[in-house]
Amino acid sequence: MDKELKILAPTAILGYGFPEASWEQGLAAEPDLIAVDAGSVDPGPFYLGAGKSFTDRSGVKRDLRYLLQAAVEKKIPLMIGSAGGAGGSSHLKWCQEIVAEITREEGLQFDLALIEAEINRKQVLNWYHQGKFLSNDDLPLNEEEINKASSIVAQMGSEPFIEALEKGAGVILAGRAYDPSVFAAYPLWKGYDPALALHLGKILECAAIASEPGSGRDAMLGFLGPDYFQVEPLSPRRRCTPASVAAHTLYEKKDPLHLPGPGGELDLEKTTFMAVNERRVEVRGTRFKPTPHYYLKLEGAKKAGYRTISVAGIRDPIMIREMENIIREVREEVHDNFRGTIDPADFHILFRLYGQDGVMGDLESVPFQGHELGLIIEAVAPSQAWADTLCSFARSTMLHFGYEGRISTAGNLAFPYSPSDFSGGAVYEFNIHHLVAVDNPREYFPVEIIRGFKGGAL
Amino acid sequence: MKKIPLTELCRVIRSKNAGPFELTLDLIFKDQKTYEQVKKMKAIEASLIARLYHVPEEEVLSLVYFDPALAVKATIKRPAGAGSLGETDVYGAQQHAPLLGVQIEMPPDFDRTGDLV
Repeated sequence: MDKELKILAPTAILGYGFPEASWEQGLAAEPDLIAVDAGSVDPGPFYLGAGKSFTDRSGVKRDLRYLLQAAVEKKIPLMIGSAGGAGGSSHLKWCQEIVAEITREEGLQFDLALIEAEINRKQVLNWYHQGKFLSNDDLPLNEEEINKASSIVAQMGSEPFIEALEKGAGVILAGRAYDPSVFAAYPLWKGYDPALALHLGKILECAAIASEPGSGRDAMLGFLGPDYFQVEPLSPRRRCTPASVAAHTLYEKKDPLHLPGPGGELDLEKTTFMAVNERRVEVRGTRFKPTPHYYLKLEGAKKAGYRTISVAGIRDPIMIREMENIIREVREEVHDNFRGTIDPADFHILFRLYGQDGVMGDLESVPFQGHELGLIIEAVAPSQAWADTLCSFARSTMLHFGYEGRISTAGNLAFPYSPSDFSGGAVYEFNIHHLVAVDNPREYFPVEIIRGFKGGAL
Repeated sequence: MKKIPLTELCRVIRSKNAGPFELTLDLIFKDQKTYEQVKKMKAIEASLIARLYHVPEEEVLSLVYFDPALAVKATIKRPAGAGSLGETDVYGAQQHAPLLGVQIEMPPDFDRTGDLV
């Protein structure tokens, strides 16, 4: 703990890349740890629900090759959290296969830890029946919703990573994790201050985003001492300033002074940000306040149906004036046409009007003015076939709809594409986003160690 | 008093999800003097955010002045969860536009030139 720890954060999300020069610069600094956050909930519910990665396989493999080679050859611990983006079992497996491929291709060998973050439904139902969940007004939780979720993960804290370090892992690949955990676990294991380790992790998980000019595709180096930490970007064209580092704490958070996470919250009320030099910033004074219970955040997504969309433009001013009525009547005709064959409660027809309120929906306050509209007709239904049918019917009905005052009688929609309709596949929605109180933060994240891993069958 | 647009007082005006059910709005001011003046006048308040986004004031979940970043942050409830049916902006990254039209009443002697910290 006397020594200053150096932590290398190569990229904001595994697969987003980094310049080779920054990477070399980072390695030259002889880091004690290389860590990367591989996920986010931001791309939406589809990826968790469908078990797919939002990052591209080739991009992830490109980044991982640098990370694994350096970690093994230079014996630097490597931590990867929220593998595969959403961090469920299938995401972890996806990332694990990429790790195995590189390991074989490069002839590497190391002790690998795999940490699962998918929580089985029985466990979630137990917590629910034991009243362990905090309620969320936006999202009522009940047995039915838990049963509908196709995948449920929990954000692990630093504890499962520490367990893997205790067991001697050199490379740790974990499912869904609280973003700073991958950076904080190693310093915590070494006895460093948790508040500073976590706050440093908060900044490093976005790599060079906290520098100026910010970038998610560039590396940052963190320095952790007993009562301070420092950050410096590895590309000479970027710099950290007290303002850029402080401002980063605002990013994607509700309250910059109080940042809740597993086991407690970071309190920044007394935090100071000072320039060490032109490019490096020192942070002191952050505190960690444990919560009375240890809370894990659970995330779950359920299938909401299948989607088909049709894209068109509208240029006729009379049609534009009548749009509200047209949409209402087309919607009625869809319902009328399929009465008795599909329950109206089972499908959704949506009309998005770009140029009017397509971006802000109900939050839009500017009255419409313009000479053309972009239209997306969207059908979501219990099967792809039904979504195709409903979208197609709404599209053809609107194309030839005889609205009030119509002068142009040949067709109402300008389609940029043939075919005009696109089948979008399964649609998911978040249906679990809740905190659950647990006694042991390690218990739900089993750590599997594979000694002398050479990329063989997993 | 003279009215100055937020776009002239701020170097960053942005919106983003804070989790799938909240939308957070950041205003980062250009310099210390501007920030202190806006903070002193309480020119950015929950009522302003409520009016701009026509949501009830209780749906403005927090409004915080954050000195180290020269920033004001407001968080509102999202009208619909990110990526839910009919929702319009999965990342919440294009919901800042109403802030761009805001003008702040600054004191007549306020002059942003030559006010570097």
